[in-house]
Order: sequence, then C-alpha cells, then structure tokens
Amino acid sequence: MTATTTAPGKEQPAEEPESRRPDDPFDQDVLPTPPGATAALLRSLLAPMKARVAVTTLLLLLQQAAVQAGPLLVAYAIDSAVPAFRRDDLGPLIAVAVGYLLCALASGILQYAFILLSARVNQDVLLDLRGRIFRHAQALSVDFHERYTSGRLISRSTTDVESLRELLDEGLQELVTVILSFVYISAMLLWLDLGLGAVAMASFVPLYLLVRLYRRRAARVYTLRSTAIAAVIVKFVETMNGIRPVRAFRREAANDADFRVLNTRHERTNGDALLEMARYVVGSRLVANTAVAGIVLWGAYRVAGGTLALGVLAAAVLYLRRLYDPIDRLGMFLNSYQSAAASLEKIAGLLAQTPSVPEPKSPRRLPALASEHPGREVVFDGVRFGYRTGGEVLPRFDLTIPAGQTVAVVGSTGAGKSTLAKLLARFYDASDGRVLLDGVDLRELAVPELRRGVVMVTQEAFLFSGTVAENIAIGRPDATREEIEQAAKAIGAHDFISSLPDGYDTDVRKRGGRISAGQRQLVAFARALLADPAVLILDEATSSLDIPGERAVQRAMSTVLNGRTAVVIAHRLSTVEIADRVLVMEHGRIVEDGTPAELVAGTGRFADLHRAWRDSLA
Amino acid sequence: MVTTRATDEDRTDRSAVRTLLRLWPYVRPVRLRLFTAAFVAILASCLALVIPLVLKWMVDGPVADRDPAGVWLGALCLLLLGFAEALLFGLRRWLVARPLAGVEAAMRADLYRHLQRLPVAFHDRWASGQLLSRGTTDLMLLRMFLAFPLTFLLVNGVTILVGVIIMLLQDWTLGLVILIPAVPVMVTCVIFERRYAAVARRAQDQVGDLTTVVEESVLGIRIIKGFGRHRSQARAFKELSRTLRGTELRKARLLATIWGVIVTLPELAIGAALVLGTVQVADGELSAGTLVAFLSTALALRWPVDSIGFLLAMSQEAATATERYFEVMDETPETEASQRGAGLDRCAAPPRGVTSPHKPAAENDGIRFNDGIRFHEVSFRYPDAPADSPSALVRIDLHVRPGESMALVGATGSGKTTLTALVPRLHEVTSGRITLDGADITAMSREQLRSLVAVAFEEPTLFSASVADNVLMGASDGAGEPELERALGVAQADFAHALPHGTGTQVGEQGLSLSGGQRQRLALARAVVGRPRFLVLDDPLSALDVHTEAAVEAALREVLADTTALIVAHRPSTVLLADRVALLSGGRIAAVGTHHELLRTNAEYAHLMAGTEEADR
Repeated sequence: MTATTTAPGKEQPAEEPESRRPDDPFDQDVLPTPPGATAALLRSLLAPMKARVAVTTLLLLLQQAAVQAGPLLVAYAIDSAVPAFRRDDLGPLIAVAVGYLLCALASGILQYAFILLSARVNQDVLLDLRGRIFRHAQALSVDFHERYTSGRLISRSTTDVESLRELLDEGLQELVTVILSFVYISAMLLWLDLGLGAVAMASFVPLYLLVRLYRRRAARVYTLRSTAIAAVIVKFVETMNGIRPVRAFRREAANDADFRVLNTRHERTNGDALLEMARYVVGSRLVANTAVAGIVLWGAYRVAGGTLALGVLAAAVLYLRRLYDPIDRLGMFLNSYQSAAASLEKIAGLLAQTPSVPEPKSPRRLPALASEHPGREVVFDGVRFGYRTGGEVLPRFDLTIPAGQTVAVVGSTGAGKSTLAKLLARFYDASDGRVLLDGVDLRELAVPELRRGVVMVTQEAFLFSGTVAENIAIGRPDATREEIEQAAKAIGAHDFISSLPDGYDTDVRKRGGRISAGQRQLVAFARALLADPAVLILDEATSSLDIPGERAVQRAMSTVLNGRTAVVIAHRLSTVEIADRVLVMEHGRIVEDGTPAELVAGTGRFADLHRAWRDSLA
Repeated sequence: MVTTRATDEDRTDRSAVRTLLRLWPYVRPVRLRLFTAAFVAILASCLALVIPLVLKWMVDGPVADRDPAGVWLGALCLLLLGFAEALLFGLRRWLVARPLAGVEAAMRADLYRHLQRLPVAFHDRWASGQLLSRGTTDLMLLRMFLAFPLTFLLVNGVTILVGVIIMLLQDWTLGLVILIPAVPVMVTCVIFERRYAAVARRAQDQVGDLTTVVEESVLGIRIIKGFGRHRSQARAFKELSRTLRGTELRKARLLATIWGVIVTLPELAIGAALVLGTVQVADGELSAGTLVAFLSTALALRWPVDSIGFLLAMSQEAATATERYFEVMDETPETEASQRGAGLDRCAAPPRGVTSPHKPAAENDGIRFNDGIRFHEVSFRYPDAPADSPSALVRIDLHVRPGESMALVGATGSGKTTLTALVPRLHEVTSGRITLDGADITAMSREQLRSLVAVAFEEPTLFSASVADNVLMGASDGAGEPELERALGVAQADFAHALPHGTGTQVGEQGLSLSGGQRQRLALARAVVGRPRFLVLDDPLSALDVHTEAAVEAALREVLADTTALIVAHRPSTVLLADRVALLSGGRIAAVGTHHELLRTNAEYAHLMAGTEEADR
C-alpha cells in the first residue's frame, strides 16, 4: 500500500542498505507472478494424479447416473407398470422395484467410494503443495526472508493452503456434481420429450447470465471483504504481540477506536457479501420457478391434449426440481473458487522466486586439514556486493584471514559488517568475486559440508519449541546428553539451565520456561560450540549478555574453540580484546586493519573509542 | 488464577445447548429480525410443500378433464408460489445479513477490548495465534451457526412435520413407508457426527502443530540456515503433514459412511413407496396425481431430513467455538484499584469504560511530596510459576530519589526486567508496595500511573503507524513537531528524516522494516518524548553500535538530569548514565552505591562490570 504513493527514485537513506526500498516488489503482498504460473502450478499438482482423477470422475458419472435414474423409473411405473399390473403382468413392476433397489444401493456405494477416493486425491495434492511451499521457503536465501515479512510467508502456507483445501473438499465436487446433473437431467428431459427439454435448456441462458453477473459482483465484494479481515487480523496480532507497550503507553482506548473502524469496515463488507448472496438466491430461484411453471403449463396442456404421457410429465417435474436445486450451491462454489484462485496466485508467486543462493550441482569437498589446527583459511577474492535492485553495499575488496586467526570487525550501523559476515556464511552470494574456504569456493560446497566449515551465530537468539537440550542439539543432532551439557558448561549456561523447572528437559514454550534475552543468547552459543565448525562467525551475538557472560563466551572461544578461525562482529569493545586482529569498517570499506594493540596505539577512530571505554571502567 | 477446561468426553448435547445459550446477550439486540427470518423461512418451506399439491390438483383435475382454463390457473398458481418462495428465501437472507455481520463484529470488538485489558501474565501464557483464531474462525463459525443451523433446525423440523402430515393425509401407508428410514438416518448421523467431531478436532490440533513448525522455520530461518538444518526441518514438517493427511482421510471415511447412509436409505424408501403406489394406482385406490404429488413431497423432504445431521454437527462445532470464546472472555481483566488489603478507605474502583471528565478519585490523595520511586519489601513470583520454585524477587527495598537515575545491574536472569515491569504495573507485586512520590501505585488508576511512568522495553516493538505516531504515543495529546524533534534528537534517531516519507513513513509489520538498532532508538524516543516524571529503561542501548551509543548517552544525560529513572544496564557505559547503582542478585538487592564505590567494594559487581575474576565462582 505504502509503495504506490512513493515518488520513484526517491533517495534511500545511505545509512540503511537493509531497509526495504519503496519501489521494491516485496512491498506488495503478491510477488510478481509470471503469466500462466498459477495454471502451471495447478497442472503440475494434478499431473501425478491423472489416473486417480479419471477414476474419481468415472465414479461420479456412474453415481449421478444411478441417482438420476429415479424419475425415469417413476415415469416407467406410471406409464407402463400401472397398465401392465392391471393386465396382471407383474414383470414391469418387479423391474421397477429391482431397478430402484439397484439404483439406491449403487448411488450409496458409489458416493462412499467417491468421497474416499477424492479425499485421497485432495489430501495428496495438499501434502504436495504444503511440502513444496515449505521446502521452497527454506531454500530461498536469507535476503528474501529479510524482505518478505514472516507474516506473509506464514499466511502463504496456512490460510492460502486452507482456502485451496476448501475448494478441493467442497467446491470441486459441488461443481462437478452440478455440471454432471445439469448434463444428465437435460439429456433425460430431451430424451423424455424434446419440447420440454428444449424449454428447460432455454432457461439456462438467463441462469448463465445471472451466474456471470454474480461472479463479477461477488469477486469485488469478496476482495473487499478479505482485505478488510486481513486488516483486522494485522491489528489484532500486532496488539497482542505488543501488549506490554500497549499497556505502558495507555493505547487501549485509541486501539479500541482504531479497531472499531477496521471491524466496522469488515462488518459492512461482510454484510454486503451476504446480501449479494441473497440477491443471487432470489434471482436464480425466480428463474428456476418460472421455468418449472412454464414447463408444467405446456406439459399439462399436452397431456390434456393427449400428445404427452402423464408419466413423462411426472418425471419431467421431478427432474426439474432436481435440476434447479444445485444452483444455490453453484453460488457457494463460486465463492470458494474466488478465494482459492487468489490464494493460489499468491502461492505461485512465492514458488516462482528462484533461490539466489543455489546449492551446487556437483559439490566439491573441503581438503583435509593442513595441520592439527581445526581452523581453515578464509579468502575474499575480489568480492563486491550489491542488492539486485541496485545500491552497492560492499565495493570490491580483498581480504585474507589465515587459519586460526580471530578477527574482530567494528564500525557503525550500515557500515557493511553484517553483509561481510553473511557473505562468509553464504547467506548471500557475492555479486562479483569469490569467497574461498581453504581454497574452495563456498558456492561449490554442499550444505552439510559448508556447515562443518562455517557456522554463524546471530544477535536474535530464536528458540524452537521443544526442550532446552533439543535447542542446543540443533548444533549437532547426534550429540549425546553429556556433550550437550559439556557445551552448556563451557559457555556458562549450565547453572541457569539446571535451575529451570525441568533442567535441560524444560520446554521453552511452556509454563515456567521464562528465558531472558541473555540466556537465549547463551543457548545459541552452546549450539555453535556443539557444531564445532572450522570457522565461527559471531554477528553481535553477545549484545544481550552481561560482561561475565561475555567473558565466559570468550573463554570458551580461547579454550574449546581454540585454533578455529573466528570472525566477531561486536558493538562492544570488550569483545575486541581477545581478537588477534581488528578491522574497522566504514561505508562498506575496511578503513583500519591491525592488531588491537597497534590500533589502540594509533590515532584512528578505534583508538578514541577504546580510550573512552577504558575510562568508563576506571 | 486457575483455568478450568471442560474435557471433551463429558460434554453432552445438553451442555452444548447450555453453552450456546451464552450467546444470548449478543443475539438479543437482533432477536426480532432473527425470529422474523425464521418465520419467513418456515413460510417459504411450507410454500415449497404446497407446490406438489397444486401439481396433484392439476393432474387429477384439469389434465384428466381436458380443461385448458384449469391448466392455466394451475400454472399461474405454480408461478405465484414460485415467486413467493424465491422472494421469501431472499427476504430471509436479507433480514439477517446485516444483523448477523453485526453480531460477529460486536463479539470481535468485545474480545479485542477484553484482551487489551487482561493482565500481561495472561498474554505470557497465551500465544497470539490462539487468541486470533478465537477472534476470526470461531466467530465466523458462530455467525454461520446463527444464520443456518439455529434457523434451519427449527425450519426443517416444522417442514418435516408439515410434509409428513401432508403425505399421511394423502395416503397413510405410503407416508409410513417413507418415514421408516428417517429414524435410522438421524441416529446414524448423530453417532457418526459425534465421532466425526472428535476426529475433526484432532485434525484442527494437528493443523496447529503444523502451523507452529511453519512459523518457527520462518522465524528461525537464520539458525536453520546457519547450521544447515533445513533438511531435518523439512523431515519434521513432512512427518507432521503426513499425520495430518492420515487424520483427514479418517475424517473422509466417516464422512463417506454418513453420506452413503444418507443417500441409500431414503432412496430405498422412495423406491418402496413407488412400487406400493404403483400397485395402488393400478388397483384404483390411488389417483396418479396423488402419487406424483406424494413423490414430489418426498423428494422435497429429502434435504430437510438429510441436513439434520450436519446441522447438528455445525451446532456442535458452534458450541465448541462458543466455549473457546468465553474461555478467554471469562478471564478477569485488571481492575482499577487495588484488591489487596488496601480496603475500602481508598476509593471505589471507577466502573470500567467510564470516560467521565472527573479525575479518578485516587488523584485526591495522589502526589503529596517529592519522594521518587520507593520499593517497600516488594516480593514477586509469577502467578504461573511452579509451586516449588523460588520467588523471582524477594523483599526488595529500594529508593530512587527524586531526580536521581538509578542503574539496575545484575547477572543474566537475576530479575531485572521483572523488577522494572512492576513499576508500571504490568505485573502486580505479590507482597509489599511501590510508591511514586509517596503515592502507592495500586491506589492510583493504571491510566494515571502509566501517564507518570514511561518505559522503553528490551524488545523494541513498533506499531503499524507512522514514525511520528509511534514516537508521539508516549506524549500527551497536544504534543507535536517540536516534541517529536527533541525526542528524535535525544535518541539519535535522525535517520527517520531520511526515510522515504520522513517521519510520516509507515513502519511496523505493515510498513518499512527497520533494523534492531533503529527500532531501539525509536522506542527510546517514545519513552522520553512526554518528559515523564518517571522513566524506566530496560537495557535501552543493547542493539546500538559503539558510535551511536556514545551519542545517545550524551543526549540522555541531559534528559536524566531532572528525571527520576530506573535503568537496567549491562555495560559500564550505560551505568555511567546513572547517579547510583543497585546490584540485584538472585532476586534480592545485594548492594547500592555509586559505580566507582561498588567497583571497589563489591566483588560481584566488579565481576559483572569488568569481568574480573575476583569473584570466586
């Protein structure tokens, strides 16, 4: 919404390369979808089910045949069985009885089989689609996730899949049933009597126009309604997630007022949608009932004139009632179709995004470690980085970090520190140049190999649901409990974990599992320790730790992780002290490079900052 | 604070009715429309039943007598009845469309209102997704319940009754034959629907689990990528979605059985009636018109009979939805005045929602003298903490003098954040009391308290609004450009001017995404914009780089010069903003003094601040 009003070419704050651009396609909910992608997606989902879809359709055909045979038997009973019975010929009557029995059983059994089989098809389609969205979202690079908000991604794989499910579960069957019964009944009517059939078919024209009109009007109303409910949801979630500031800044009344506006808008569009449906129902019923009256008039006239059998008229009337019954349901189908189509388009847009950090086709392995040191050498070879939408973040540079060296990177927000780290962790790929790990391009390493080589710990220490132990074990899923505890002890997290209600088995999402920001960072560290990579990257990973916590981390790095290559991005100068080498970055360039002692002794910005910091400890 | 949940097993239909009766207050305002609509629907259904009778009359009368005028009359009757039926069905929908949308909206507004006023501890327990599903899906279910099952259980009951009477009047033997399957169909429906409901609920839970995995895999994407764990995530996802598929297929099997029975049994009865009727017509006991009319009526009754099953299922679901809705609505919101011991001598709590111009009575005995913030023997334990766990805070005595800034220092998990949450009463103290300038915080209204105390949280949350609105949230109503500028200046948040629309740029989930440091600076600006008497800052500079931090500190120093402030700090640089420091250790105040004093005299403090090893651990 905000993007459309922005003047193009408006300058982006130079300080913040990471914020979304106003003309960025990610600002819209729908990603640019190649034409035909939605249809292609649907095709590819259904392709493996071809045979089963055919069988399902056949079942439905047979079932409809069985169901629609009823009135025909009525006609036969009145026109043939009654006179025959009067002649004491029981044959036709028995035929009617057997026929009806068979039809009843067949329609029931076929219905049962159809529901089972179609559910299987539907569920397999959904399983496939859910899996595709999930795997694709996981395969997309971090820069995509930084732009496409988590809320949107989550609703792609929840509410959007859900609306497709509704269409598959209820809508499609309805549609097929409606179409089939239209075809069957029309055929039957035509067969029974050409004239009556033709009149019934003529009524399809106004019905078709009505459906088309409704579809157009409903599409508009439903779009408005889904926009309105989305706004309600966003406001709702935002309030509940930010309940502390809401309370602290006394936003309750203002929020009530805002919410009332959104809620009323939804109420209005909701009412509009219901009224639209009411109009449709009136219209379709009017057409249907007029047609019934017309056909009965003509039919009765002819029966009276002796040119039509009474049984045929009775069958025609029974068919007509069935013919127009599903029209209401057609309206409902159109509703679910409308929302499913919109959802599928959004999903297709997501799936059309190509991962900007693809896995290698023919991966290489890292060479065996050169010495007994577990660290590896890192080389940035002519690396340049800019976003695809333009804007250079890191101008071309070269950097070599020898195996086993600990490098601290300092600089102000937006100086490019995090980008440097993300290139090394291969969260991004360089626009030009290569990043080499012991001489091997990162782009040639398969994920498991890459993660034995490089692991990154970030500032946001997210915990997955599950126990504390499970959260640490993400670092190495096959780790024993002892190794997990060892890692926690090394990082100084053992004490607080032991004091939790169930120790290492405490569920982090359950009662009593309150874990502070600093403690979460410790868990994240234990994870990295357990992973035991050759190169460890810490991106502001100590921001919420107190100083002893930070010291424990540093101790662990110099003992447990001793000999590993480490890149440490820090806001805190205390972190820098353990580094072998310091890089100061500014506007994407490395402006100072040396040992801490050299830089402190020098006259650069680092020296000034360091002096101020020492003073605060005095 | 105990939440009792009814177990699924002991829920009977009777209690479903009782649960649904709780909707009455919301339905009351629209009851006239609803009753009228039900009446109209009954009328329309009965009209539909008259149509076969007209057919019978036509077949047996004018058609048999070859009377063209009679045929015309019959057709005209059919047309009129058809029009009436169509219009009445439309009228029913028109009558309830707006009122029911209104009921849904009213319930949602009440839920939102109520949730905003529930204690923070409640929100700690409940995931927002759980609350959201109550505010959306559940309410949608309830609207549908009011629109269809509620009306049609009545309408269909009446229709079936009338139809059966018509059929019995026409030919009682055929009528009885048609009635035979009604009972087994309904019994099957009720039995299977109940089983179906159980499986459906399980499927719902599994969808919830799946959503959790999706949510976490998106929110934790950097960790998953950082450790190369996306394959194991995908495996977990696959497993869950396979389980869900299994449950859904079980659901389908039940559904298929229900439909099989619903389709077969009535069809069998109609077939039997047809054979019997044919014999009777042949014997001359029955007219052909009656048979046609009879079969038309039987067909017209099929839907009302079939639908009973799913109408009951929808009602069952609606009862569950109602239960879920009131589960939250029954939680007690924060009351205005103290409930603990303070007694009646203070003031009666003003009724909720009163927006009278009168000041709350508490203000009369409010601020008496300049005293700063005082904690008197404050203890606190989380209401949901296990019984055997220690209290989060134990007998805290602390005095922040007027105009003084007090830093709160302590090891990770020592209770610093908890302590700060007590001042604006985001949590209620378990015992003891906190006074601001001599006034007990429980004696003033929360509104008043929170206008005195401004807070910046560790987790900086911005709302979907402009930067200016987000910051000015912290100020009184008249505040404008000058206050905004000053606050942005203090927080070093001038980057806001360089955003695409300056301070009018939309941020939050709906707008531009800002970095952690930027959000933290805006949250800080929000805390200082209103020049509050009391300021609570929870580690306000953690996400800032060294350069910015230094600039913010310089600006903050001026603000803090005449503000009484409590600042949670991890760093010496932040501590230096404060006049004195309180050391929190294991939920108790271990020492109070200036930074340099404590650095010299307290080993734990020196350890925390300088990382020195004196503290023997």
